[in-house]
Amino acid sequence: MRLSILATLAAAALSAAPVAAQEKVKLINVIELSGAGATAGTNFKNGVDLAVADINAKGGILGRQIEIVHYDTQTNPGNTRAAVQRAIDEGTYAVLGPVFSGPIGASMQISQRAEVAQIVGGEAAGFTRQGNPYIFRTSLSQAAAMPKIAAYMKNSLKANSVAVVWVNNDFGKGGRDQILPELEKLGIKVAVDVATEQGQADFAADAIKVKNANADAVFVYLNEEESARFLRAAKQQGVNKPMVGETTLLGAKVIELAGDAANGAKGHVGLSVDAPVPAFQEFGKKFQAKFNYASDHNGLKGYMAVYMVKWGTEKQKKFDKKGLADTLRGATIKPSEEPGILIETTIEANGDLDRISFLAEVKDGKQVITETLPKLKP
Amino acid sequence: MVTRQPEPLRARLRLPFLVDQEKPMAEFLAYLIAGLATGAIYALAAIGFTLVWQTSQTINFAQGEFVMLPAILVLASAQFLGLPMAMAVLVGIVAFILLFGFGFKKVIVDPMIRHGVLPLAIATMALSIVMKEGAKDGFSAEAQRFPSFLPAETITFAGISISLQHVAIIVVACLAILGLQWFVTGTRLGRQMQATAQNPNVALILGIPVAQMVMLTFLINAGLAALASVLISPIYLAKFSNGEVIGLFAFIAAIVGGFNQVRGALAGGLIVGVIDSLAAAYISTSYRLAVPLVLLVVIILVKPEGLFGRPEERRV
Repeated sequence: MRLSILATLAAAALSAAPVAAQEKVKLINVIELSGAGATAGTNFKNGVDLAVADINAKGGILGRQIEIVHYDTQTNPGNTRAAVQRAIDEGTYAVLGPVFSGPIGASMQISQRAEVAQIVGGEAAGFTRQGNPYIFRTSLSQAAAMPKIAAYMKNSLKANSVAVVWVNNDFGKGGRDQILPELEKLGIKVAVDVATEQGQADFAADAIKVKNANADAVFVYLNEEESARFLRAAKQQGVNKPMVGETTLLGAKVIELAGDAANGAKGHVGLSVDAPVPAFQEFGKKFQAKFNYASDHNGLKGYMAVYMVKWGTEKQKKFDKKGLADTLRGATIKPSEEPGILIETTIEANGDLDRISFLAEVKDGKQVITETLPKLKP
Repeated sequence: MVTRQPEPLRARLRLPFLVDQEKPMAEFLAYLIAGLATGAIYALAAIGFTLVWQTSQTINFAQGEFVMLPAILVLASAQFLGLPMAMAVLVGIVAFILLFGFGFKKVIVDPMIRHGVLPLAIATMALSIVMKEGAKDGFSAEAQRFPSFLPAETITFAGISISLQHVAIIVVACLAILGLQWFVTGTRLGRQMQATAQNPNVALILGIPVAQMVMLTFLINAGLAALASVLISPIYLAKFSNGEVIGLFAFIAAIVGGFNQVRGALAGGLIVGVIDSLAAAYISTSYRLAVPLVLLVVIILVKPEGLFGRPEERRV
């Protein structure tokens, strides 16, 4: 009798185990929570957490709750590789993050070998040109954004010369290499080309260089904290020419850190909680309520990354890692199909995105959208 | 696609006397003032190295973190205690001086110094990690805005744009250092402190309260670090990792100026700040860190006691 009870219990336990395992799907977010990318990474992570909470509250993906794990890369390419490998070894369904382009380039071969989709926040043009079918962006690439910026400087600001300030990492070098030919095409002269370092604290010398170049506008392509420091240094040195940037320069964190020095900054933004898109604004309110600060574009990227996973999984109606990447490639996700994607997003075959974007300006410490730009391939 | 190569080194090596530049001297002076402002901060931190060296014959490898932490404590006081900023500055600085002036001496220096200077130096390395990671985990890994109490305007004088904030940093830091120099050389208490630094055994025989003098030195070090923190954080933003750069440059400044002289630390800080600024301007931002290190090597080879230091001999 006792033996039969034990056998029954054992059978029940064995049969229950797969059910318990099936209740969750594991997602690992490999992200910059310290180091130079802490601001971008923390926003991305919080966006991911918000999406996971929303999805789990509504029953999860195909009935499974999401189990989210975050690994801090410390903005270090070596650590990122190790974290992506660990994520793969631990059976993540898809890899989320990182945001910085250098660590993405250093780690994406690992997810490619494992045939697992890696959905990242990077904007450098290079990493989607390497024929990796498992890498996916959550934002426009520099290749899509820079022609819009150059045209804006020429047509709206009437700039004939521009000072270019960039950060000497994959993100900054990629941006610089994309903007220079665009400026040249439009006949805009580069008055001074200033390279700065990731994590640089003192921008006084760079601001003086820019001031003395006397260009019609200043194109600033730095990471968040460095953007804020540069804006403050430029104000200190009395640089009074328009500061133009791409998304980062106009981000909420940069505005918060730079204070008054951010006022007047202009440029192109791919994602913004201030954009005239009700779903973005709704996201912004939820984010503010949960984390007590305003999300920047990286928060939106993290949120959309999880919803890309959800949409792809529900589309293929199963949890197939390779199938997820196959489903996402070439897809157009519409908010009518998946409200969490917030805005119609086309994923190109190489992992680049196409979607509407915006021109914006910082006024009185707030980002104000001045124009909505259409998709490149409407 | 057209790609443009970075400026060649020759083009970047534009020196101020070359005639093909517009307003070269004005530009040079702007770099000089910016360098002096940063250098004044390095000097404040470098004095900490000299003070600790004089009283305990060791190097405080947490000196950079001593400059980083007061700003974090100020922001934490404002955030967690809900204090207005002026009160938060007061509370943060007093808390820092108690913890890392009084507490540093009592908890780390006193127990460790009995085992020699090397264990103490290693203890300060550990302390720097604890301070950095503590600030990161206990407050934030992200940079935080820190209010400036100095004017933010720019004035133009003789064709040169001058940041009033930079001028104010130079003035405040130099006044603090000159005040310290006057205190050390011109007051009875200061001379007792100096005597303690030079020979604590003889000072004790002469009736000087050596223990109090050493404690006073550590409190002054903490106070100067807090001042440096309040001055630099509006520019660098308050972040747990700020101490790495400041500590390194202050260490170089202390060696360049002379580890055993306050005036040496002042001169070393200003020299390193100016060289850093000029290197960023006329050579490359990528190599700006290397130039002060080259200076450090040259000083060690040519004048190991530093530009203003005095040679010391030690019996072992």
